[in-house]
Amino acid sequence: MRIELVKRPQQSALFSALSPFIAFGLTIATGAILFAALGKDPLETLYFYFIDPLTETWSLHELAIKAAPLILIAVGLSVCFLSSNWNIGAEGQFIMGAIAGSILPVVFPDFQFWFVLPLMLLMGIAGGAAYAAIPAILKVRFNTNEILSSLMLVYVAQLFLDWLVRGPWRNPAGFNFPETRSFHEYARLPEIWAESGRAHYGFAFALIAALILWFVLSRTLKGFEIKLIGQSPRAGRFAGFSAGRMVIFAFVISGAMAGLAGISEVSGAIGQLRPSISPGYGFTAIIVAFLGRLNPLGIVAAGLVLALTYLGGEAAQISVGLSDKVVRAFQGSILFFVLACDTLIHYRIRLVRPNTAPAEAANV
Amino acid sequence: MFEAILLTVSMAATPLLLAAIGELVVERSGVLNLGVEGMMIMGAVTGFGVALMTGNPFLGAFAAIIVGALFSLLFAFLTLTLVTNQVATGLALTLLGLGLSGMIGESFVGQPGVRLPRLDVPVLSELPIVGRLLFSQDLIFYVSVFLTLGVVWFLFYTKAGLTLRSVGDNHSSAHALGIKVVRIRYMAVLFGGACAGLAGAHLSLVYVPQWVENMTAGRGWIALALVVFASWRPLRVLAGAYLFGAVSIGQLHAQALGIGVPSQLLSALPYLATIIVLVLISRNRRLTMVNTPASLGRPFVPDR
Repeated sequence: MRIELVKRPQQSALFSALSPFIAFGLTIATGAILFAALGKDPLETLYFYFIDPLTETWSLHELAIKAAPLILIAVGLSVCFLSSNWNIGAEGQFIMGAIAGSILPVVFPDFQFWFVLPLMLLMGIAGGAAYAAIPAILKVRFNTNEILSSLMLVYVAQLFLDWLVRGPWRNPAGFNFPETRSFHEYARLPEIWAESGRAHYGFAFALIAALILWFVLSRTLKGFEIKLIGQSPRAGRFAGFSAGRMVIFAFVISGAMAGLAGISEVSGAIGQLRPSISPGYGFTAIIVAFLGRLNPLGIVAAGLVLALTYLGGEAAQISVGLSDKVVRAFQGSILFFVLACDTLIHYRIRLVRPNTAPAEAANV
Repeated sequence: MFEAILLTVSMAATPLLLAAIGELVVERSGVLNLGVEGMMIMGAVTGFGVALMTGNPFLGAFAAIIVGALFSLLFAFLTLTLVTNQVATGLALTLLGLGLSGMIGESFVGQPGVRLPRLDVPVLSELPIVGRLLFSQDLIFYVSVFLTLGVVWFLFYTKAGLTLRSVGDNHSSAHALGIKVVRIRYMAVLFGGACAGLAGAHLSLVYVPQWVENMTAGRGWIALALVVFASWRPLRVLAGAYLFGAVSIGQLHAQALGIGVPSQLLSALPYLATIIVLVLISRNRRLTMVNTPASLGRPFVPDR
């Protein structure tokens, strides 16, 4: 038996819509096998993974908190990936956004006015965008591979944050703990419905960003330019679009989104800087972007699903004693299934027996 | 003292060399596998686990090779049979590897490791200076050196190597000549996976002898950069790996000396060096264009 691909004359609309669901179904099946192999009841574990976190108000709030950075980053990444710019350093841009946005409340703690928060958000956006501009400029100017340079900058950003919170930015009244002073109240991103839980406005930013980018990508010339350059750089050149400028544009947009996610997380959910402020949001967002088929509205749904796996991982750890390390393996397998299922959109898959293949070829 | 430093440099360089030489063969066949980090960490956790359970580090290293190859098979199936995007699939392999290894290795954290023993080459290991450096090392070091020479011989002095390079340079022409493009790429990817697995085993059986989550710490990515840095030439990969080994050991020594620079800046040096080297190398567009396998990363669907 051999697998053979037959190219479809045009993309299959059916599988375009179905492939994320097939992929998710396959992931759940794999998850069930994995849980069973680890000696847990698969159905019960799946319940704690995907249903239990949705049954209580406080955990819905946690869901929004976890989904906000994932959606924000992934929406920005979709611009990059659609235009064939491989920014995989969103984790670093997230951290740099958080750091740049934290300058005011950490270095000037007495500066307390209502406009501190908007300034922080802007600085966070600028920080993320500037950090993402580095691999973009290196790519345009020196032809440097952006995959490698953007990834290397993640490690640099993590070490820079580590140095700040252990060194110059350490809380003077913090008993030598590696963390900055807590942000004052003007520097905290407010909660959306404070009565019912802690979900902050980061989630609203994520939804707004997704809507705006959906509009730009599907309804404007800029969106056409992004996709054209991604699919056919040659055609893009004939249309008069500059590939170099697109590299900068895509990286700056995605860096800005990651930076906004970073400062929202720090000013909303955490309230100070610590050596580690992200459970790998920047990398998980890559999965979110592909699961959402690089469509901002799909990404909102995908972001909620991946956020659910974080919460589910915690719930399953508490209730059935399943290690929280399983979550990342689980998330990693989602991307595999998504990519494999995307093949169905472009190709028909046929199983061919080796001995019949030559005869068929002869007939053609 | 000097000898000891050189010895540690070679220990830091060996995993880079192994992973990069495997990836070089993969890329020469026209496939870009960004999953090196994932295959490497899977090799590291397998090598450590098997050595711990059997007490035999050689068995651990062997298992790491097998697991690295099996893990790369996943990538090969997706990119070569299902023709998925190679960049995205490579990333998926890395993310899955980091996740899976953390899960598998959870019970290994803090356990004392089993170290691969040094193997002395009789007589030669007693030579002054070079004796200890070249002839009194662990098995994986010898493998890495011979493998590099073997790859030079294979790629540039055998017909099979020429075939592999032709697949990487123009898969359509190669296919038209009746060369089994997909089969050759499968084998190249498997070789790369095996090398990355062994590189991971070197980390957890020789370099650190312990299991730490995410212990590859970007070495798989540095290996990918080394292939570009070496402009797809095996001997330059060897030189590059030792250069990077020297940088990472140098910064460790600087940290130990406690010179007045933050340790985080020193830790960031290998990553910054990677970026700088990449910029310097890729600046020369013509040079990179000439050396890059022309079909690198392009999807191939045989027309029948």
